[in-house]
Amino acid sequence: MLKIKDISNDWDGIFSLKGIDLHVREGEYFVILGPTGAGKTLLLEIIAGLYYPDEGSIKLRGKDVTTLPPEKRNVGFLYQDYSLFPNYDSRSNIEYGLKVRKLPKEEINRIVEALTSMLDIGHLLSRDVTTLSGGEQQKVAMARALAVRPDILLLDEPFSALDEATKEKLINDMKALHRREGITTIHVTHSQEEAMILADRIAIMMDGRIVQVGDPKEIFFKPVSVDVARFVKVENIWDVDIVDNSPKGLLMKLDGKEILTGQYTSPIGERARLLIRPEDIVIGSGELTSARNRFRGTISSMEYHGFFNLLRIDCGFPVVVAVTMQSINDMGLEVGSEVGVFFKSTALHVVPI
Amino acid sequence: MNFSGFFCSVRKNPLSFFFFFVGLGIILFVAGTLFNLLFKTLFLNTDNFYKVMQDETVLRSIWLTMYTSFLATIIAMIFGIPLAYVLARHDFPFKQVIESFIDIPIIIPHTVAGIALFSLLMKRGAIGGFFESIGIVFQDSMWGVVAAMLFVSYPFFVNAAKDGFASVNPNYENVARTLGASQTHAFLHITLPLSLRHVISGAIMSWARGVSEFGAVVVIAYYPMIASTLILYRFNTGGLSESQPIAVLLIIMCFITFMALRLVSKKKW
Repeated sequence: MLKIKDISNDWDGIFSLKGIDLHVREGEYFVILGPTGAGKTLLLEIIAGLYYPDEGSIKLRGKDVTTLPPEKRNVGFLYQDYSLFPNYDSRSNIEYGLKVRKLPKEEINRIVEALTSMLDIGHLLSRDVTTLSGGEQQKVAMARALAVRPDILLLDEPFSALDEATKEKLINDMKALHRREGITTIHVTHSQEEAMILADRIAIMMDGRIVQVGDPKEIFFKPVSVDVARFVKVENIWDVDIVDNSPKGLLMKLDGKEILTGQYTSPIGERARLLIRPEDIVIGSGELTSARNRFRGTISSMEYHGFFNLLRIDCGFPVVVAVTMQSINDMGLEVGSEVGVFFKSTALHVVPI
Repeated sequence: MNFSGFFCSVRKNPLSFFFFFVGLGIILFVAGTLFNLLFKTLFLNTDNFYKVMQDETVLRSIWLTMYTSFLATIIAMIFGIPLAYVLARHDFPFKQVIESFIDIPIIIPHTVAGIALFSLLMKRGAIGGFFESIGIVFQDSMWGVVAAMLFVSYPFFVNAAKDGFASVNPNYENVARTLGASQTHAFLHITLPLSLRHVISGAIMSWARGVSEFGAVVVIAYYPMIASTLILYRFNTGGLSESQPIAVLLIIMCFITFMALRLVSKKKW
């Protein structure tokens, strides 16, 4: 569907893309996830044709579009600020692309009608776009982009300007819409939640490079590098020695403590890196757990994030655990408390160093 | 903002209250000057004012002033809109140099501008001869007036239009293009309508600046006499009583035009 080959771009050294390769499949919801300043928006604008790359090529449906202007590419683009034309009402915004194409009036009405019922925006059509809420603007902008039946939909941080409640609802609306219409979509974001909920596949973009492509499970549980791991908040990254390879799994040694992982075929005596998400580690006072890895440690610091909070626990090696506010209160946890730390061998991910 | 609200906020901000009265000083200076002129002419010199209102030379010169300034503004718009758009949308080497250069006519004395224009456009000037061969004469002609007005007034238009284009989110054009519009279509249907208020107010400023120009005009085209030239001529030959009524008539007509244009441009586009 979309094949990007070795795209590079240098924009006064501020934003640059370095050898981007991407392959997006027909009907796929593809999320490009990365920190601010990674070059995500620039990549999206290059796909749209708003900028041309210094090097590399872009193929859309087998056709080379690398230097085709945006008006000839048939892509839909949704900016973070939705960029509704303030000199038109909602209906005229939606009709804009259709009028540019000089479609007959009945045809335009039919398309607007269909989009209106699909996105449930009938009550917004005659509104001045400057009076719309963020969520309403997003829907109208969506209708405007979809009206011209684009081959591919490009979304630039489409939810970041919305309040929490609207965001959650619209993310789910988006998922339903994609499932129903199956339009190939590339969605750029720094939000892991959006990526996790929406993506068929995710590409991690950092510092102008694509560093990992995979389905959400691979990205969030098996990051390929420490940088990716840190970005997707795999807080526990341990460098260990492989000491034994038993039928149960690998036995690792970390600062004198033994950790058992799932089955891997790594040679004994090598060094390896263990990754585990803080959500996959549980704490408790008792011993009632089936987890193979059990340690005891003291809480060295507590970091509050809202519903989930991060505890740093010293078990002879540092462990970061996510716990709910409820658990902290119930267990009376505070800095200095001694707790049991448990995690399953299969929740650990081993990467070579 | 109503008056009670204003006084309420002033009570909480004694400094602003003090500043307000300091600032009022300069307004009184200008208002006093104009009021004095209007009062003397309209109430103490009424007969002369009526006579001037029927003086065809005066009326023609005022009309000429407004008309030539209008032409200068149209030319400023034809060249200024593209220039302002490029300056608002793009960065390029020496952009700041160009921007400073645009402001030069505001800085240099206007008689100097007139001399410079004259040496370029007079019949024996650098390009004046060429224009004469295609039938456009600047020296002592309406086109000389237009050229002088254009020179001194176009910066006002370009700067205002530039601010207008810069205030329009460039994403609008990007979105329009992904929807199939050409750059020209996006400019004409999105960017230009959205910056029209700036463009019009720039045109009004440019026009007003042209009407008020004297120094540059008088060097290149003493004749045909625009209002300012005529006022000075009558002042020199007949004194205040001869020149004051023309000045007042010019003020009134400019003010009416100015207000009318402002009202039109305040309308929502």
